[in-house]
Amino acid sequence: MSMAVKCVELCKTYRQGDAEIKALDHLSLEIENGGFVCLSSPSGGGKTTLLNTIGGLDKPDSGEVWIAGKRIDQSSKSELAELRLRQIGFVFQAYNLIPVLSAQENVEFVMQLQGVGDAERGEKSQEVLKEVGLVGLENRRPAEMSGGQQQRVAVARAVVSRPALVLADEPTANLDSKAADSLMDLFTELNERHGTTFIIATHDQRVMAHVPRLVKMLDGRIVDDIQQQAN
Amino acid sequence: MVFSNVLLVFMMSLQFGMYGLMIENSLKALTGHMQVQAHNYVDEQKMRQVVPNIVPLADTLREELGSKQVAARARAFVLASSDDRSYGIAVLGVEPGFEPEVSNIPGLVAKGRFLAADNGAEIVIGAVLARNLKVEIGDELTLLGSGLDGSFAAAIVTVVGIFDSGIAELDRSIAEIPLQHFQDTFFMDGAGHEIVVNAADINSAPALEAQVEVLLPDNEGLVVRDWNRLQPGLKQAIQADMSSSFFMYTVLVVLVAFSVLNTQLMSVLERTREFGIVMSLGMKPGRLGRLVLLETCLMGLLGAFLGAALGALLTAWFSTKGLIFPGMEELAQQFNLPPRMFPKITWLSLLAGPLVVLTFSLVAALYPAARMHWLQPVAAMRSAG
Repeated sequence: MSMAVKCVELCKTYRQGDAEIKALDHLSLEIENGGFVCLSSPSGGGKTTLLNTIGGLDKPDSGEVWIAGKRIDQSSKSELAELRLRQIGFVFQAYNLIPVLSAQENVEFVMQLQGVGDAERGEKSQEVLKEVGLVGLENRRPAEMSGGQQQRVAVARAVVSRPALVLADEPTANLDSKAADSLMDLFTELNERHGTTFIIATHDQRVMAHVPRLVKMLDGRIVDDIQQQAN
Repeated sequence: MVFSNVLLVFMMSLQFGMYGLMIENSLKALTGHMQVQAHNYVDEQKMRQVVPNIVPLADTLREELGSKQVAARARAFVLASSDDRSYGIAVLGVEPGFEPEVSNIPGLVAKGRFLAADNGAEIVIGAVLARNLKVEIGDELTLLGSGLDGSFAAAIVTVVGIFDSGIAELDRSIAEIPLQHFQDTFFMDGAGHEIVVNAADINSAPALEAQVEVLLPDNEGLVVRDWNRLQPGLKQAIQADMSSSFFMYTVLVVLVAFSVLNTQLMSVLERTREFGIVMSLGMKPGRLGRLVLLETCLMGLLGAFLGAALGALLTAWFSTKGLIFPGMEELAQQFNLPPRMFPKITWLSLLAGPLVVLTFSLVAALYPAARMHWLQPVAAMRSAG
């Protein structure tokens, strides 16, 4: 099976005053197309750095990152932006919705960048908002929605243009258990229905129990890579 | 930006209006838009550097140009004596019928009347000279000077008018007598020193100058000099004023550019997180930079449009009502300006300021736009802004 993501000997070090923090320490990882993987570690374990590096938001100090067979760790900012626009969907812990846009406009934003026409944008955004259960809330701005609803908008935005890879950083951190379960069901459904590869960084036990593959990290290294029976 | 554009449009219109008044008022007194003279008259100002047969030549010019704004003059320096005092003055021989067409002195006669007879032994003098000589209307003055041939020239003339131009130098040192009487007194043999020609307005003067040049007789050494060459000081004064104003405008434009830079930079910094988000979603740094520039461009265009429109309205209002500068009377008098200024809107005064501000604003926005290329999405999204 071809690889959606391949990381080879990734290293990334941050400086905090005099101290050096190894966020990624010779980390190698392969994730096949259509994979559903959870990265787990205690806080500061390197999962967000790994996610940002895979998504081209951050550059490793050394090592290689391959997305869909293309090496990206030496790509320019514009090439990385293009990659994120066409192939990767992001779901952030803090939702990162654009506050002045409505739910539907937030969802349509990526398609607008892609140059998708008005009619198609409207149709697709309505469809995906229905999929995530936000019918009737299309015109609400982020400040007028609950955390769970905002996270659903963020998910809708991430998946609306059917990217091959979705990267989600602590997607359930601000959600209650019901909303978290609902979100994970949604991810599973999208994974199964569209074959989208999901990489989720979390330390939420409910999420970990939900995925077929669990990659445990500690101090920037992979300490365990478990294939499990998802709930 | 709008305020600075309004200020620039108004100030430049006021300045241009002032220059227009300075030029017209200065030229209206005596100089005119151009003069026909002997070729070295301006440099040497000798009595013998004459325009021969000046009256027929002036008649020809009037006829050929189809304009009444042509008048012949002769000029001499004399000692003017009343019963009590004597002063050295410049006496001009003028054509009483045509002088009012080229000069505002006849219209400035405050007491008595302007010259009437072509060959009358009469004189019009300035108010300060009248005061200095202690003469009034009806009093006699003796003029003593040299004739064209170097002989002694003398005349007794009656004061028929006293003009008050408000320009002390003019009111103190100028007197006018009929040209024919001047020619008789100073043995001019039909000659004079200058033919003043006025155009409909200052802008059409160069075209008229070319026409006059063609009409001049050959082999008499005559030239046409425009007001620039007749009164170089006036143009220099305007240029000096423009230079200092240019400095002021430059400071204003630079201040606006820095305020735009500050505003745009703050607005970019405040939206760092949003920029990080849109970059993480796939917007390229170049596109984001262009958006920041476009934003400044729209802001600048709106500022330029509103500034020009409001500036034009303000200028239009003051161009009918006039503007008084308290305490500026003396300066105004020095440049032969009325105490009330009337701004004059032109395309240059309307567009130059706003376009320069717009250009500088766009230049100032380059740095905030360039910052988009250095922005790291992850760091930007962490920003509290």
